Amino acid sequence: MPSASINRVLVANRGEIARRVFATCRRLGVGTVAVYSEPDADALFVREADVAVALGGSSPADSYLRGDAVIAAALATGADAIHPGYGFLSENAGFARAVVDAGLIWVGPSPEAIVAMGSKIGARERMEAAGVPVLPGAHLTDGESLDDAAARVGFPLLVKASAGGGGKGMRVVADAGALAGAVEAAQREAGSAFGDATVFLERYAPRSRHVEVQLMGDTHGTVLALHERDCSVQRRHQKVIEEAPSPAVDAALRARLADAAIKAGQALQYTGAGTVEFLLVDGTQDFFFLEVNTRLQVEHPVTELVTGLDLVELQLLVAEGRALPAAAAAPPLDGWAMEARLYAEDPANDFLPVTGTLTRFEVDDAVRVDTGVQSGSEISPFYDPMIAKVIAHGATREEAARKLADALARAAVQGTTTNRDFLVRVLRSPEFLGGEADTAWLDRADVAALAAPLLDAEQTRVAALAAALAGAAGRRAAATVLAGVPSGWRNNPAVPQVARFATAHEDELEVRYRYDRTGTQLVEPAGIVLHAVAADAVTLTADGLRRTYRVGPDAVTTPDGEAPLRKLPRFVDPTAALSAGSLTSPMPGTVLRVLAEAGAQVTAGTPLLVLEAMKMEHEIVAPADGTLSALPVAAGDQVSAGDVLAVVDAPDAQRAG
Amino acid sequence: MATLRSSFDPRSDAAAANRAAMLERLTEIDGLLETLNGGGGEKYVARHRKRGKLLPRERIALLLDRDSPFLELQPFMAHHTDFTTGASLVSGIGVVEGVVCFVSANDPTIRGGASNPYTLKKALRGHEICVANRLPLISLVESGGADLPTQADAFVPGGATFRNLTRLSSLGIPTIALVFGNSTAGGAYVPGMSDYTVFVEGRAKVFLGGPPLVKMATGEDSGDEELGGAEMHAKTSGLADYLAADEQDAMRIGREIVRSLNWRRHGPGPTLPPADPLYDTEDLVALPSADPKVPFDTREVLARLLDGSRYDEFKPLYGASLSTGWGAIHGHPVGVLANIQGILFSEEAQKAAQFIQLANQKDVPLVFLHNTTGFMVGKDYEQGGIIKDGAKMINAVSNSKVPHLGVIIGGSYGAANYAMSGRGYDPRFLFSWPNAQSSVMGPAQLAGVLSIVARGAAEARGQEYDEEFDKNMRGMVEAQIESEQTALANSSRGYDDAIIDPRDTRTVLGLALGVVHNAPVEGAEGFGVFRM
Repeated sequence: MPSASINRVLVANRGEIARRVFATCRRLGVGTVAVYSEPDADALFVREADVAVALGGSSPADSYLRGDAVIAAALATGADAIHPGYGFLSENAGFARAVVDAGLIWVGPSPEAIVAMGSKIGARERMEAAGVPVLPGAHLTDGESLDDAAARVGFPLLVKASAGGGGKGMRVVADAGALAGAVEAAQREAGSAFGDATVFLERYAPRSRHVEVQLMGDTHGTVLALHERDCSVQRRHQKVIEEAPSPAVDAALRARLADAAIKAGQALQYTGAGTVEFLLVDGTQDFFFLEVNTRLQVEHPVTELVTGLDLVELQLLVAEGRALPAAAAAPPLDGWAMEARLYAEDPANDFLPVTGTLTRFEVDDAVRVDTGVQSGSEISPFYDPMIAKVIAHGATREEAARKLADALARAAVQGTTTNRDFLVRVLRSPEFLGGEADTAWLDRADVAALAAPLLDAEQTRVAALAAALAGAAGRRAAATVLAGVPSGWRNNPAVPQVARFATAHEDELEVRYRYDRTGTQLVEPAGIVLHAVAADAVTLTADGLRRTYRVGPDAVTTPDGEAPLRKLPRFVDPTAALSAGSLTSPMPGTVLRVLAEAGAQVTAGTPLLVLEAMKMEHEIVAPADGTLSALPVAAGDQVSAGDVLAVVDAPDAQRAG
Repeated sequence: MATLRSSFDPRSDAAAANRAAMLERLTEIDGLLETLNGGGGEKYVARHRKRGKLLPRERIALLLDRDSPFLELQPFMAHHTDFTTGASLVSGIGVVEGVVCFVSANDPTIRGGASNPYTLKKALRGHEICVANRLPLISLVESGGADLPTQADAFVPGGATFRNLTRLSSLGIPTIALVFGNSTAGGAYVPGMSDYTVFVEGRAKVFLGGPPLVKMATGEDSGDEELGGAEMHAKTSGLADYLAADEQDAMRIGREIVRSLNWRRHGPGPTLPPADPLYDTEDLVALPSADPKVPFDTREVLARLLDGSRYDEFKPLYGASLSTGWGAIHGHPVGVLANIQGILFSEEAQKAAQFIQLANQKDVPLVFLHNTTGFMVGKDYEQGGIIKDGAKMINAVSNSKVPHLGVIIGGSYGAANYAMSGRGYDPRFLFSWPNAQSSVMGPAQLAGVLSIVARGAAEARGQEYDEEFDKNMRGMVEAQIESEQTALANSSRGYDDAIIDPRDTRTVLGLALGVVHNAPVEGAEGFGVFRM
């Protein structure tokens, strides 16, 4: 019997997970409420919600982490439940309690379970007691000397922060000599990152896999395991590919993992969705408890695709006090599901996040796409730069990997640099396909080779030609005079047409082309046969291969991959090409006073000098933070309009430009 | 509307022979264009490029809207003369910021871009085109002024170039000068007389007299920059409206000027949905007979020029040697006058006179396809009033106000050339196929006429006619006329606007129609008295 009924859900989160929860709500006839920060005011999830409430601020602390404001929003909008998504307030027991105290339904495990699992040391202890295998470890809290503790655990070992995750406050120690320093460093890092400097030691298994079991518990004492996921493909502890089931798990091991996970859940009287993470020692059937994540995981869709269950629906069901349905008790394991995390980041630049406008984002319908963005969305610097989770389902692992790689390769992801090509190469690599990838594989692998563009220089040149021809077709179609004359027609064909593009990393690519008298075939470059040319797609044969190139605003998309090609302006306006940060005189006048010295650090708005013109004083201020690298004028100087008055080197501004 | 049906077999032996002959002529033309595009030769082109400068056609290409067409005019001006083919000036019609413009560019790799009498002739033809079609004129200037050794032929007519610029301006037709280098003495008046001027910094030098001339005239010592530098003109004299940082910047500014012209076209533009002809325009190289004495069917040409090959023939059963009718090209309605059997008789002349008046009634441009040996001569025809009827046609053509576009696709001889709106009759544009021939009459006829007259004169004097002399004379005259009547010979004199590849005819006419619609397309309200 339900103890409550959920009619309207507020999602205390943003982006793809907010949309994911909303999608289930819509299907179930449940109303939706979004809360949002300033940068998210135009976001898709805000527009799709029935009602949205601004939280203000751009930093998480000013917006999504403001539990009181979130609860107030729920009360104001008549929401009866709060779903926290992942991250932000999802594992904040205090918030969970406050939600319940406000008379709202908390879609998540009990605050007690969250607290219990929030400390890794505490969690280890509880799990050990429940009979869940844990790695040999030492908690450094019982007076035992560090060296003794380390000797008991054995080398190599891992120093880990009790709070938090994500690799922060974590150190691998190979031998006793490095121990003390590593512990100190980990304590420092954990202290500053999580506000809790507690660390502990744990045996380190250099070759291991990350296998986790999806838990679902209800308030009637049922705890179910919905099979495992394998998230071994990681880069510096960031998950890259997740799949279900695990290629390293057979039926017998699956049963043992489920058994251990259920024990863990039962020990916690777990309700709702959670994940028990295990370390599986490579090449063995030995697994050890790592931690419990008391929330819906980012990678939950792979479980959904192999079980046919809607985990958000189950969460809502449990939150209403209902019993888990029979279907969840014996979940099928249908085929294979695989998820890739598509990020706005630059693999060639150490995977640093990239911001910008996602000018086109289109993925084939053959895969599931969980995303918070669409064509035209901004990738802002305020949040995790994940563009989407792309999830494929196949009868076999090979089929799922093939479909996922193919969907990613064919996708249009334009306007920002992404890890797409890297994902495709990982999915197609023999190591991954062989199921051999352990958690350190990508840290050992030749990442540069895996991140190489899918389209080589020659393919990019053909793509650029297609883009140039599409541009020409668009211009001819828009021509208002002499529109019936063939494209670029000349009775004396002396000079070809030129199109310039910026490819990856702003490399410039110039394409020259010339149509024949009919405007339907090319004279230059030679050897190209055109079949269809339109402003958005070009079909041509190059080197005997006929392909269709889809031409988008910032890239050309082919089934084999995408070539980033941003149109460069035909002309350079020299006034716009002044070195960034140059301040020019807006009018002729006299420098009245100079207020700063060359070399000084200035912030945006700092007055630099005063100009007198037409009996008026004009203050010239720094346009950005930076160094005043030049100030070529002095008091009393006559200046003309356009003369450079000062140059401010603003590294941030230049990068943004 | 009626549709033309083709019976032409492009795979026949005759077609193959015709095609081979035409392609040979086109190869010659292409070779000339290649030489032309090489400007003043490798040495001068290399020197020009080394200065970071663009060639005239590159400048034009950068000025024009991307992927828009450009019709280069009179490229063979001055061919077969002492001057470089093309007359060191590149000119033509293209689109800048959606505005159809006339663009001319000096070729500074040829004698510093200096103007000779043929350059003037070409420039003046450009001005005519600008006036008739209301085309803004953009001059890409880099010229040392007059080619001094030819000053005797250039000085007096050259004055018209200054006058025409300001007359264009007075008609509301904008003139824009982009100055890339020297523009001295007479050349200085091109920017001087233009509505808008853009000077390239550090490159443009515009003065009446350079340092040597100033020294000679007044004893003053001066430098290039202070006499005529771009910056001086932008900041001091005010002759430069815009100072461009470099060549591409000059194009950018030039395009901005055109964008802000608030330009409006006065003609209605295309009013019908365009449609490709039903037959392959490639056949147009195989249609004209390799032997000019063998006639070919002009309707087969029309079937490859007109939209959808649709042609409503007017008076098809009367005066059948000249076809008149209505069709469209690129959606522009046109009236067509096409010679069919070459000869104009009284009926043809009368029909043409009526048809031209009809076109003027409904403001429809006329397309003349010349393939005529002339008005018919002979007792019956003179007595039948061929002069009166020819006069009617010439009256109609002369006073017609709708735009005339001519293409000489074969012969165009004698008064029939006039009646078909030949160059002397100010057609808006006149183009020639490479096989075109035009003169007062055919070489053999002309030589024969001279022979008969000479023989008559000898007989009148009672002398014996020298047959040997006659044979030589006829050979010489035939050879002279033969060389003077070719398309290239006429084109080099500026008697047409371009020799075109027959396969481009539809494109060129469509483009020309787009040009004439820049000005009002209106028929005449009155004609001369038609002699009845």
